[in-house]
Amino acid sequence: MLFEFTTYQVIWWALVGAVLILYAWTSGFDLGIGSLLPFIAHKNDERRVLINVIGPTWDGNQVWLIFGGGAIFAVWPAVYSTIFSGFYVAMLLVLWTLFLRPLGFEYRAKIHNATWQSTWDWALFIGSVVPAIVIGVAFGNLMRGVPIHFDATYRSFYDGSFWQLLNPFSILCGLVSLSMLVTHGANLLLMRTDEVIFQRCLVASRLFSLVFIICFAVAGIWIASGLMGYQLIHLPAHPQAELFHTVVHKVPAGLLHNYTIYPWMIIAPVLGFTGALLSLFATMINKTVVAFIGSMIMIAGTILTFGFSMFPFIAPSITHPNVSLTLWNASTTQYSLAALFWVALFILPTIGLYTLWVYAKMWGIISTKIIKQRDHELY
Amino acid sequence: MMVSPEVVELSRWQFAITALYHFLFVPLTLGLSWLLVIMEACYVVTNKQIYKDMTRFWGKLFGINFAMGVITGLTLEFQFGQNWAYFSQYIGNIFGVPLAVEGMVAFMLESTFIGIFFFGWDKVGKIQHLFATFFLAIGSSLSALVILVANGWMQNPVGATFNYHTLRMDLHSWSELWLNLDAQVRFVHTIAAGYVTGSLFVLGISAFYLLKGRDIAFAKRSFVIAAGFGLAATLSVIYLGDANGVEVATDQKAKLAAMEAEWQTEPAPAAWNLIAWPDQAKQKNDFSIQLPWVMGVLITHSLDQQVEGLLPIIAENKVRIERGIIAYGLLQKLRAGQTDPVTLAKFKKYQDDLGYGLLVKRYAPEVVNATPQQINKAANNSIPNVQTLFWTFRIMVGCGFIILWIFILANIFWLRDTVWNKRWFLRLTLYSIPLPWIAAEMGWTVAEVGRQPWIVNGILPTYLGTSSVSTHQLHFSLAGFILFYTSLFIVELFLMFKYARLGPSSLNTGNYHFEKLTNV
Repeated sequence: MLFEFTTYQVIWWALVGAVLILYAWTSGFDLGIGSLLPFIAHKNDERRVLINVIGPTWDGNQVWLIFGGGAIFAVWPAVYSTIFSGFYVAMLLVLWTLFLRPLGFEYRAKIHNATWQSTWDWALFIGSVVPAIVIGVAFGNLMRGVPIHFDATYRSFYDGSFWQLLNPFSILCGLVSLSMLVTHGANLLLMRTDEVIFQRCLVASRLFSLVFIICFAVAGIWIASGLMGYQLIHLPAHPQAELFHTVVHKVPAGLLHNYTIYPWMIIAPVLGFTGALLSLFATMINKTVVAFIGSMIMIAGTILTFGFSMFPFIAPSITHPNVSLTLWNASTTQYSLAALFWVALFILPTIGLYTLWVYAKMWGIISTKIIKQRDHELY
Repeated sequence: MMVSPEVVELSRWQFAITALYHFLFVPLTLGLSWLLVIMEACYVVTNKQIYKDMTRFWGKLFGINFAMGVITGLTLEFQFGQNWAYFSQYIGNIFGVPLAVEGMVAFMLESTFIGIFFFGWDKVGKIQHLFATFFLAIGSSLSALVILVANGWMQNPVGATFNYHTLRMDLHSWSELWLNLDAQVRFVHTIAAGYVTGSLFVLGISAFYLLKGRDIAFAKRSFVIAAGFGLAATLSVIYLGDANGVEVATDQKAKLAAMEAEWQTEPAPAAWNLIAWPDQAKQKNDFSIQLPWVMGVLITHSLDQQVEGLLPIIAENKVRIERGIIAYGLLQKLRAGQTDPVTLAKFKKYQDDLGYGLLVKRYAPEVVNATPQQINKAANNSIPNVQTLFWTFRIMVGCGFIILWIFILANIFWLRDTVWNKRWFLRLTLYSIPLPWIAAEMGWTVAEVGRQPWIVNGILPTYLGTSSVSTHQLHFSLAGFILFYTSLFIVELFLMFKYARLGPSSLNTGNYHFEKLTNV
């Protein structure tokens, strides 16, 4: 083995984070554009502009979610099994609304009927806005801690209900997620549309980057003013074999604890704010590429803030803090982590190359004029 | 805590429904993608517009099907965690690996290049576009490979050992996981079945255009390509299905004996039950029509080897259950901290049968104090449902041979240039389109029901694999899936029929049947 076990565990924690960021960077603008669809595109041609901007690439983008799910299964089987079964109804909500997107893209243009098409427009809207919010809500709940415990055979139990997931702090996180992705979506459209849609996107981008800044700040203040966090007091020598011998304490404002040990981590929330501000100012002076880079920085900063605040926790238990899942006790074996690491090392750059090639080939302004010209080949 | 039998039952139904539903779309994606590659290669080589139109038209039908494949596959990835949490935790170390690799290596490739396939005709060069289509096809086939490595491991769990510290299986051999013979034969059999599905789909719909007398040139070319590819694929499926049977005969004896409804070990070469009515409770066939010698030759490819019957297998399993109970007792001691070398050595001796000990947990929660009756019950239930296996297997094979004859005749008739006027044959081809789907669904039923009562063969019983979810949650999700999937299926079939009827006229090139009508 090239690295120590703990090194692999940290590498995979970082890689899962990277996949999450890549998902939000790419499929994030798809979700954002879907959420904006009914509001910034009124006529059928305008809606087709939005859909065709992301038409050739939404499918590949969405695979980051599928890879993310698979990676969590492989890297942290305990997290995958506990959280997916615990958040049962919420997961179904994400899954069932995500159904609407591939079908909306593919089926909408197949029948030229106004009712059919507007039904799929709303389906695309629901399929975008619900996952964007629910994923944020899920992350909010992970930060607060989730009501999980285990029996002696390591079978996991979830002692809460779907409605308990919808607590104020987590809903705020849902709004952070939605505003971040909508800003990002609007910024992509700024680079790829013109005329009236462009103008509406300018408004949307500014509005939602402001909403983001406010929600992100309120979440920070909420955490600082005493939201219960978790602190690892004692980690046994073999965290996986001694799940019940870990000691974890609940502490007020515990999510800020890491920043006192590693002050450099403050870069993450700073990036979150800076990115949003950059996006906001860039839209004022019509620098669309800069705005898009701004929303990318904002997204990376936000997800890093989550990761840094939580480290080493992934799913702390609010009811039985000692069995909180961390990247130390929830991870798979060194052997599997190492094997997957080598695959990822070769494959991820390859994916980057061919994805960029596809984007480069499909890049360009989509206008209502182009929609009319290429009526039969486009969505 | 005991798992509620209702939760187990509902979780199994939900997985069966969603997995079989997913596999309504996968085979067509697998097969049609390669037919698109062939058609487009013809276009690149000959530069004839008609081949481009063929690629684009069959590609349209491909797209309608592909979207459903994507969403129903997502369901399965969620469901391992949602409904089979204990399974995921117990074997995530192994099973999660191919799932992660699938997303990274296969699905990403397929899903990224599909954008170029649909929208890149004027944006990239001809050769580049052909490569995109090729990556789309190779991505979907790779995806099947990786998923069947995961499934193959559940059928024949190699390269992993039980870790009593963490109470889960640990992978120790990456190569054994990937080169698992069971996974390999399963993969080639499944993927060839997909190629058959794609071919018969194109063949049948082309026959429809020929019957209607429209777009003849287009239909003839599609027919010929599908006939050739389909014949090769069907022969592979049958040959590889036979190889699969041989593999099952060594790794999953109970599945094989149940497929053939063979209760006692018959002297070699054994007779084959053409038709039988197995009775699980009485452990015998109420009725059967047998062909002498056939099974011995089919399964063992020899005249002197026996095929083990279900009753001797049950007797063997009973011994393994008894050993498993000892292993379970030793595991309790190890967990309690009694890790002296004697206990460890003893556990090592018995640990291969630990899974069999878990089988009895269903009837005796404490395991170690299981009564002989409970052990007998566990042993009798250690074989799959014979009735289901016997019939699903026969339906699958029956469909396979009808399909083989269709492809043989299609090739003979077109080589003689007489197929175009054989209306009975064209009609037969059209109405045979559902056959590969029936065969595929039956095949998966054989594979999965045949593995019961195990979720991971010999390692983890199915009933232990579930999540700690409530029956309310399961009623909700099951109702939701049935509602969603039924309505989506209606929409999908509606579009598929609409576009298949419309034919290449849907491309709006102005060269095909319905467009000429409106132009006049």
